Amino acid sequence: MDTRDEILAQAAARGDRAAFAALVARHYDRLVGFAWRMTGSRAEAEDLAQDICVALPRKLAGWRAEARFTTWLYRVAVNAAHDRRRRQAVRDRVASGWGDWELARQDAMAEDRAAQDWLTQAMALLPDDLRETVALVLGEELTQAQAAEVLGISEGTVAWRMSEVKRRLRAVAAEEAKA
Amino acid sequence: MSGPDDLDRLREGLRAGAPAPDPAARAEALRRAMESFDARQDLGRAARQGRDRRKKAGFRAGVRAMFLRLTSRPALAATASFAVLAVGAWIVTGPPGPVEFPALKPSPDVLGYGEDSSPAVRPAPSAAPSLAAESTVQPAQEGFTAMPGVVAKRSAEPLVQDQRPQFGGGDTFAAFDPNTLKVAADEPVSTFSIDVDTASWSWVRGSLNLGQLPSPASVRLEEMVNYFRYSYPAPEAGEAPFRPDIAVMPTPWNSGTQLVRIGLQGRLPDPVARPPVNLVFLIDTSGSMEGPERLGLLKYAFRQLIGQLGDTDKVAIVAYAGSAGEVLSPTPATDRATILAALDSLRAGGSTAGGAGLELAYKLAERMGGKGSVNRVVLATDGDFNVGLSSTTDLAAYVAEKRKTGVYLSVLGFGRGNLNDAVMQALAQSGNGTAAYIDSAAEARKVLADQVGAALFPIAGDVKVQVEWNPAVVAEYRLLGYETRALRREEFSDDKVDAGDIGAGHQVTALYEVTPVGSPARLTDPLRYEAAPTGGPESEAGWLRLRYKAPGETVSALIEAPIPAGATDPDEDARFAAAIAGFAQLLTGGRYLHDWGWADVVALADEARGDDPFGYRAEAVRLMRLAEGLAGR
Repeated sequence: MDTRDEILAQAAARGDRAAFAALVARHYDRLVGFAWRMTGSRAEAEDLAQDICVALPRKLAGWRAEARFTTWLYRVAVNAAHDRRRRQAVRDRVASGWGDWELARQDAMAEDRAAQDWLTQAMALLPDDLRETVALVLGEELTQAQAAEVLGISEGTVAWRMSEVKRRLRAVAAEEAKA
Repeated sequence: MSGPDDLDRLREGLRAGAPAPDPAARAEALRRAMESFDARQDLGRAARQGRDRRKKAGFRAGVRAMFLRLTSRPALAATASFAVLAVGAWIVTGPPGPVEFPALKPSPDVLGYGEDSSPAVRPAPSAAPSLAAESTVQPAQEGFTAMPGVVAKRSAEPLVQDQRPQFGGGDTFAAFDPNTLKVAADEPVSTFSIDVDTASWSWVRGSLNLGQLPSPASVRLEEMVNYFRYSYPAPEAGEAPFRPDIAVMPTPWNSGTQLVRIGLQGRLPDPVARPPVNLVFLIDTSGSMEGPERLGLLKYAFRQLIGQLGDTDKVAIVAYAGSAGEVLSPTPATDRATILAALDSLRAGGSTAGGAGLELAYKLAERMGGKGSVNRVVLATDGDFNVGLSSTTDLAAYVAEKRKTGVYLSVLGFGRGNLNDAVMQALAQSGNGTAAYIDSAAEARKVLADQVGAALFPIAGDVKVQVEWNPAVVAEYRLLGYETRALRREEFSDDKVDAGDIGAGHQVTALYEVTPVGSPARLTDPLRYEAAPTGGPESEAGWLRLRYKAPGETVSALIEAPIPAGATDPDEDARFAAAIAGFAQLLTGGRYLHDWGWADVVALADEARGDDPFGYRAEAVRLMRLAEGLAGR
């Protein structure tokens, strides 16, 4: 059995249950990790990953094998995160997970507090599009070209976004240094 | 610390910080995935005909479909389906009119997740039958009775949504391509299902208020247009349940085209038919209610409910925490400002003293009760109900006793963790109500808004619109919005194909941009070998057909009306609707707008505000200005 993602995805789209099971099991951890990088909250990440898992059979029907499966999956995840944010905005949860850090932290498992706090502040600072880009490029270690493909933007835009991230972080550091 | 270091640090944090997946969450997610997969396979077998639709499965399915509408707008693009769900965005701030009753939605279970495969709505084991029976007798209470005992379990509710498609009809939001131009000679017939949903407006408003342009995928033109009330003539008694009102006007953004506005006005609810409703909100403001998913969501939920109330209804609020107190004395439901201010003033803190609060709430409810009114205490708690009245049994007995005086009790549970489901159930059952668990905005709307009003007065189901354009008059046309509502031509007369419903007082507005024959604005070149268009009388631009089913009927009735050729001066309503349509198009790229821009839309909307008693149109203008600023940034 050819177990490449793309082959499994095609089989799953045709109704192959075992292929689908294998595919989901293989990528669940990646999804949670990426979801966490986008949201900054474990609970959010798990919920988001579950959302995606449940939606996946339907989404796979639209799988055209035009992109690598992981690229496609990241795109699904980014869209899922958008959707979730929108829902949350509706229910008065204006801040996204990184912004809700105080809440998330109360539930959080024992984590490296000092490191997390810097990370949290840094991520909370970034608008959604930059945060997604960072999650893909730094968190998932995609190339800028791959990230561009996931986000449906040009490579130049990804490069610009990364330099923008750098600029913003530097501004914060400067602010801190003054204080 | 400088640039490169920061990125490295970020990389390290993001790589190292990711939590190891929780095995239980993982197992659950994988199980859900397989369930979803299996359900889809079933669907594939079950729904080979009539696109991915199944016949309606009754109210439950409607409710589930409602979730679908609420939580997953994009999904509909893929299925071109019609779970038209009445969740007014207006609910957030209140209906423009005095009484709004979104339609009951016996919509198809779009994705065919069978009745039994959904964990969404689990009837409470014992309460369900009697409560359901009662709700048919006293419709005004359905808001709390139709959804018995939604089980309060982590992820029980989200799964309702999660089982539905959530994001993107296709791989990306591009599935929302706006309707494109059609050549009337090639494709003279345009068919779609009505949509009374207005949720997109609140998304757009929310985004803009946050200082972000909404994602184009969240912008649904028809829902934005339908958010607003227009003064369409109401059908007379004895006529069809709704009435079309057609206007043709010059297009604001294109001097060579015309806008055809089709407005449907549902029969207005008979204010005599519904008893006044008196509600006392008994709100737990103990410390444990702190947080957006508890007190925050609770406030949101009650705002939904208030949006459903009319001018004969009254609301009072009692808070309990440490000591119980009257936060809001009985206030007419129309005095929304006062009620919302009281709601907003609630702060969590202190411990719970439920018993005293309950007594006070009942006292108020009894005072408010008038002849023939429906009186209900709505208890909202996270279950931490430390009872002054000693025990659960005593409390239940007390509630049952009060029920005899005509005051009923419903219980809404919030939050995760210490929800005391048993107490909730016991209280609700004793109080002729049910317990519902509110864990999301969608759930809040479902329980508190849709069912309260919508279930009351559906007046027409499966409402489909078909316009046949006269190629002798109209060269090209474009339906504005309703992308996800498109029907095939043959589905119009197929009574098995489901479509949206209209509730009492509902309004639906559809806009077409049409290019008259001979207009310089025509975008397609006439074909050399094309036969000269023949058509009907030149006084008619088209012919409007509407199909609907009266409640309970399975055979549809037809309403027809001509669409006149030639534009007339539009009234304020038509101009305002056009402005909103322009706004939606600007938010999504505006490829048909040419150089018509933000300044134009603001000007058009501003001068067409007309009589705007609730300030909704003024708000729209403000949001347009906001969007202009954001877009220009």
